[in-house]
Amino acid sequence: MNDHSKAASLGLANIWVAFIFFAVAALLGFYQVVERIDLVPALKSPELYFGSVSTHGVLMGFVLTTFFITGYGYYTASTSLKQELWNRPLAWFGFLLCLAGVLLAAVPLLTGNASVLYTFYPPLMAHPAFYIGAALLVVGSWVWCLEMVMMMAVWKKAHPGETVPLAMYGTTANAILWFITSLGVALEVLFQLIPWSLGLSDTVDVGLARTLFSWTLHAIVYFWLFPAYIALYTLVPRAAGGKLFSDQMGRFAFIMLLVFSVPIGFHHLYMDPFQAAGWKFLHMTGTFMVAVPTLITGFTVIASLEVAGRLRGGKGLFGWIGALPWGNPIVLAACLAMLMLIFGGFGGMINASYSMNTMVHNTQWVTGHFHLIFAGTTVIMYFGAAYYIWPKMTGKALSSVKLANTQLWLWFIGMLVLTLPWHQIGITGQPRRVSSTPYDESLVQAWHTSEMLMIVGGAILFLSALLLITVLFRTHGNSQAETNREVEYAESLHSVQRMPHLMNSFGFWVGLIVVYMIASYGYPILQFFLLDTHGTVPWSI
Amino acid sequence: MRDPFKAICDDDLERRWIWISLIMAFVMGGLLGLYAVGANLHPPSNVETIDSSRLHLTEEFAEDNLGVRDNGDGSVTVTMVAARYGFYPPVVEVPANTPVKFRVASADVLHGFHVPFTNAATMIVPGYISEINTLFPREGEYSFLCNEYCGLGHDSMWSRLIVLPESARGES
Repeated sequence: MNDHSKAASLGLANIWVAFIFFAVAALLGFYQVVERIDLVPALKSPELYFGSVSTHGVLMGFVLTTFFITGYGYYTASTSLKQELWNRPLAWFGFLLCLAGVLLAAVPLLTGNASVLYTFYPPLMAHPAFYIGAALLVVGSWVWCLEMVMMMAVWKKAHPGETVPLAMYGTTANAILWFITSLGVALEVLFQLIPWSLGLSDTVDVGLARTLFSWTLHAIVYFWLFPAYIALYTLVPRAAGGKLFSDQMGRFAFIMLLVFSVPIGFHHLYMDPFQAAGWKFLHMTGTFMVAVPTLITGFTVIASLEVAGRLRGGKGLFGWIGALPWGNPIVLAACLAMLMLIFGGFGGMINASYSMNTMVHNTQWVTGHFHLIFAGTTVIMYFGAAYYIWPKMTGKALSSVKLANTQLWLWFIGMLVLTLPWHQIGITGQPRRVSSTPYDESLVQAWHTSEMLMIVGGAILFLSALLLITVLFRTHGNSQAETNREVEYAESLHSVQRMPHLMNSFGFWVGLIVVYMIASYGYPILQFFLLDTHGTVPWSI
Repeated sequence: MRDPFKAICDDDLERRWIWISLIMAFVMGGLLGLYAVGANLHPPSNVETIDSSRLHLTEEFAEDNLGVRDNGDGSVTVTMVAARYGFYPPVVEVPANTPVKFRVASADVLHGFHVPFTNAATMIVPGYISEINTLFPREGEYSFLCNEYCGLGHDSMWSRLIVLPESARGES
């Protein structure tokens, strides 16, 4: 048996950073739902509110995710391949680079000098330290991408003709996905925002900046979602007492996510001028294609759970659901994640729709939607996976399984109480990103009950965040040792005789993405260098 | 015909589900395509640049020329400027059941433009002119809300749209 303690300490360091910042962001989230209505007049302050929203978004969207994904990725790579880290000092260097970036960006964020939201929104300008910190975080995360690709390459060389374990295949797919998709925002930050915020150039082409950001903006959510899917495919079936329904379908879903999630970012620009309708339509078709791997995942994961339920003696059409081990945190997290995915998926279809999106664009509907699907489905799987790997990484039994399950239920209930009313106020017209609603009484009165409910949801979620920290922290000091330190990856129900080469490698798929990207982003980016943009130079330098 | 997914999936149920998923994606995309082509239903996608720092010096967006203009062919054009933190002119009156073309430019940062319960919505991006074509079937008082974060006063950026009876067409 290999010793995974080196990957475990790297994993723990990364995921602790993720969860500590997550708890801070959850507190900010609670403050925001309270601030938005006139319940406590003393709290009213647009300066504080927008500083808080910017910090909340950066911490949840960039910090929680990047650190969790790298930490979980290192540990998954090490345990699924049974192999040492490719370059341990470099991996720690990447971690420190990311951390330095976050701390650097935190200064302007917390002092109200970067209240430009986590989507940057030029020509609103933040302090240069904010952009430089963000760039360091992205560059640091590229170290992880390199480590994952190299670990898979080293393994394949040592195991010619063998199939890369599904968990590692998915992790490497995500590393490649993140590298490709982060290039968009990296170009925007390096060539436009940093030179402009340092005063090296006077103006910035907002159309180009938004186009580049859209390159990152959609696939980044798949970067966040990937580890949740990896846990669903490779950990949950066995933890539930069964087998993975199909290994190859997992690979097929990962490949589709990789290929289709980057060249479709224009559904974030449906309402923008400066891109012609044809490009938007092209990106929409890809957006519907990227729903397919999620539908496949839903099938495979639910089928795997059904296999487990029946093996545990569940009978009848639905009897297997009750027979599942609901007391096992990662299984509970998976079931709750799937439920939220069903709700969130419907909303996503509406947002993706070329013409229907008009009614909901930039309303609270959108924020409700992504909280349900990201903070709900994705993040609850981060919790579930953490509860699963914490005892393996620390060698200590989980401090309280009961408390862990309570935390997951609270997160699920809190998320529904928060996001269902959130959809309602959006569909009745409330714009997103407002710190108050000084509008017509006829509009505002339709929102009041929902906003009160959202405060309840925010409070439950904050409580749940604290419970997570408590359970994980107390695990480190638990006197009871964990007896089984092996990460038990699910076996496939349908045994694979021979894996097609294309489903055991990435070269072809990366080539396909490059072609697809040139087709869908080539001219839309090039046009900014051809258009007469009245003195706004496309690149800042 | 042999099922192409047989190569990667040996479970009949799962293959059937792949086909159902693909068909759902194609039907949804196809329906939106039909509406786009058949009803000319597109999101606002005007590619037209303007110097946002000199709006007042342009003919179209000079202060005196903002507002509602009857095109004489049964349609109206509304020219507006969005600037922190308001829409100009602050009150817009258009007749019901009349094709309306909005042309909007930003004088400073990013703004949004949405009339709740209608499909009149667009982003307003400095350096570019936004254009929306719509029609309001019901008369009444509506609001333009800025729905993109534009600074600390973003909340208070909204103004009034009044949809007059159809009979008011041609009087403005």
